[in-house]
Amino acid sequence: MQLNEIWFLIVGFLFIGYFVLDGFDFGVGMSLPFLGKDDTDRRVLINTIGPVWDLNETWVIVAGAALFASFPEWYASLFSGFYLALLLILAALIARGVAFEYRGKGDTAKWRKTFDWMITIGSALPALLWGVAFANIVQGVPLNAEHVYTGNLFTLLNPYGLLGGLVTLTLFFTHGLIFITLKTEGDIKDRARELAKKAGYVTTVLAASFLVWTLIAHFSVIGFILTALAALSLIAAQAANFIKREGLSFTLMVFTIITAVGALFAALFPNVLPSSTNAAFSLTIQNASSSQYTLTVMTWVAVIMIPFVLAYQTWTYWVFRKRVSRKSIPAGSH
Amino acid sequence: MDAQERVIQKGVVVHIAGHMLAGLDPLTLSRWQFGLTTVYHFLFVPLTIGMVLLVAIMQTMWVRTNEEKFLKMTKLFGKIFLINFAMGVVTGIVQEFQFGMNWSDYSRFVGDVFGAPLAMEGLLAFFFEATFIGLWIFGWGRLSKKVHLMTIWVTTLGVWMSAYFILAANAFMQHPVGYQINEVKNRAELVDIGAVLTNIVALNQFPHTITASIMFAGGVMVAVAAYHLKRKQYVDSMYKSLRFGLWASLLGGLGTIVSGDGLGLAMVQTQPMKMAAAEALYKTSTGADASFSLFSWGTPDGSSEIFSVRVPYLLSFLSTHTLNGTVEGLNDLQAQYSHLYGPGNYMPIIWLTYWAFRWMIGLGALGILVAIVGLIATRKGRVQLPNWTWNTAIWASPLALLAISVGWTFTEMGRQPWIVFSLMKTADGVSPGITGLDVLISLIVFTLIYGVLAVVEFGLLRKAVAAGPDVLVADQNEDSEALAVAY
Repeated sequence: MQLNEIWFLIVGFLFIGYFVLDGFDFGVGMSLPFLGKDDTDRRVLINTIGPVWDLNETWVIVAGAALFASFPEWYASLFSGFYLALLLILAALIARGVAFEYRGKGDTAKWRKTFDWMITIGSALPALLWGVAFANIVQGVPLNAEHVYTGNLFTLLNPYGLLGGLVTLTLFFTHGLIFITLKTEGDIKDRARELAKKAGYVTTVLAASFLVWTLIAHFSVIGFILTALAALSLIAAQAANFIKREGLSFTLMVFTIITAVGALFAALFPNVLPSSTNAAFSLTIQNASSSQYTLTVMTWVAVIMIPFVLAYQTWTYWVFRKRVSRKSIPAGSH
Repeated sequence: MDAQERVIQKGVVVHIAGHMLAGLDPLTLSRWQFGLTTVYHFLFVPLTIGMVLLVAIMQTMWVRTNEEKFLKMTKLFGKIFLINFAMGVVTGIVQEFQFGMNWSDYSRFVGDVFGAPLAMEGLLAFFFEATFIGLWIFGWGRLSKKVHLMTIWVTTLGVWMSAYFILAANAFMQHPVGYQINEVKNRAELVDIGAVLTNIVALNQFPHTITASIMFAGGVMVAVAAYHLKRKQYVDSMYKSLRFGLWASLLGGLGTIVSGDGLGLAMVQTQPMKMAAAEALYKTSTGADASFSLFSWGTPDGSSEIFSVRVPYLLSFLSTHTLNGTVEGLNDLQAQYSHLYGPGNYMPIIWLTYWAFRWMIGLGALGILVAIVGLIATRKGRVQLPNWTWNTAIWASPLALLAISVGWTFTEMGRQPWIVFSLMKTADGVSPGITGLDVLISLIVFTLIYGVLAVVEFGLLRKAVAAGPDVLVADQNEDSEALAVAY
């Protein structure tokens, strides 16, 4: 296997890791208006991701840096091309991050309410826009001979892009709800499960149409297998939620995201950013990559570090494995 | 006004609006945005770099001695560290994204080299610090005392490694090494990662950054302690914090001088134009003529001088460590560079580099002076001091931070007109596909968000400081879950 292919996989792995992990953070953030009946509820919901959300967010920083180092042309064309979409994502992520830190530090109900809305919007917006962005990457965008994007923000809001956005929005919402059933106890857990059932139907319909559309446009055997696995595990995750097996359901949701995003990367390969202007202007794993020396150095770093990263992040989740409930929120705190 | 006139008037308005938008230069706006967001990001980073070490030391003292005052200090300054850390992370994402968003031609040209230390930062250091910081925050009462202490030391290691990789990336822009130019792809390609990571500029910038950060973190400790000692509360833990902070400030400050001297030598060797610009030295000078002006007043273009206070030999000493050294002047270097790189202006903005260099040194020196006077005034347990001394201690705390900010302004403005010294000019690095309007929108969005953040952050720090150390320790005795809520 070529180094360019390995790095295509590593970049895919890092983005999948980001979507699996920050995906449920987005879902929990979006659930606040639905499940958070009072301050204590909302505190319970936020505490389910309190120790881990910023750790999850680091995946996008690392994915971005890995993209820069391994495929500088891809990074340059993508980030400058999707300028305003990324600006919105950045603004939302900043608002969400700050709101997590600061909502508990003010004294008034109004203060907390403001920050709770920042969390909800700051979660929903990136959940939507990452889907729009990835759908457009797969579909192709107008790139000229210098690989410079010649569209604007509205070029991205085409039917396929918007459907992709709705898929990630609903998928992460359901993912977050099932995460809540796994991490909480009592009434809030039951309400999360009921809501996840409803959200699950919508997600399944949207995700299935999107993945089939993708498969028809870019057929490959691996893509077909991944799409089939994604569809099956998404349905199985809903079934597991029905029979109150939240651990199984969450595992299946993780598997769904891995295979669904995997199917997108399979549809993209060997391009990394196709040009809709002229296929000859497309960025591929060959013409967008770093030199073989850089890829070799970075492969060593990745091969040594990624197992460590996985090990100590798993340890973190193990340390914070305890469920959160209303009982664990002391009276008088928010 | 008839219809025709209205049409003409409307046409004129559209025309003028079009001109205004066309007048928005993506290059100028992107430079302002990068400068603004970087200076802002680096208001938080030094406190993180310095405070993480000081907190680790305080916690070690607590684990060793079991004295409660050290636990109180660890908790209070740990909380300040965390409020600040969150700001560093969220503003850091913007930094990484901006290379691609606003400087895509720069990214295409250097990505093969520059991306490597950045990705190493992510994979080796950043994951590390983010994970262990989470464990440290939520690990009180859940992890054993020793394992918990280990988490803050590992966080320190992660934070410092992060700083090193980022500085190595920056050093490539100041002094490119370990690369060769690929003519076909028209880009710089990495040929020696060892050379990039041991860049003489990075080796000198790192200790300079670390020591200056420790100095600033010490200053913050002093300010917090002074706030409480002025009110005669928490005297036990706050007197200890005061002395600890003063020593950190002094030692950090002295370290900054020593490391700054090393950095100066590296700068003369790698970017002589920057050193000449630091002194606004137009003519190449030797020995006593290579003097350092403490202050000067000249014609606006700086080429002739009306009044100045000068220390003879000092510039020669700073640049070469000898008294009879020769320091190249701006005019000679300009001629040299025009010959080497083609016609053009190779001088940075001289008044800016000249004054930034002086403010950096002056503010830093003042910070050290405050630390020395503070150590003498409060020796042997003396805390009965007039209010103005405490107020001075509080207001002196940003000195090191301001010095750091103007120091970086000097470093980056002194590199101009280059984005990568000798290889690529800043004007050639900007994204070709973005419009002035795009950048104007992002510049406004970032300015607004960062403005709000600054107000909120400052309010939270003040509140954490005012609440004092005892509340935080009381939490410790309750269910550990309760503590998780505190953050």
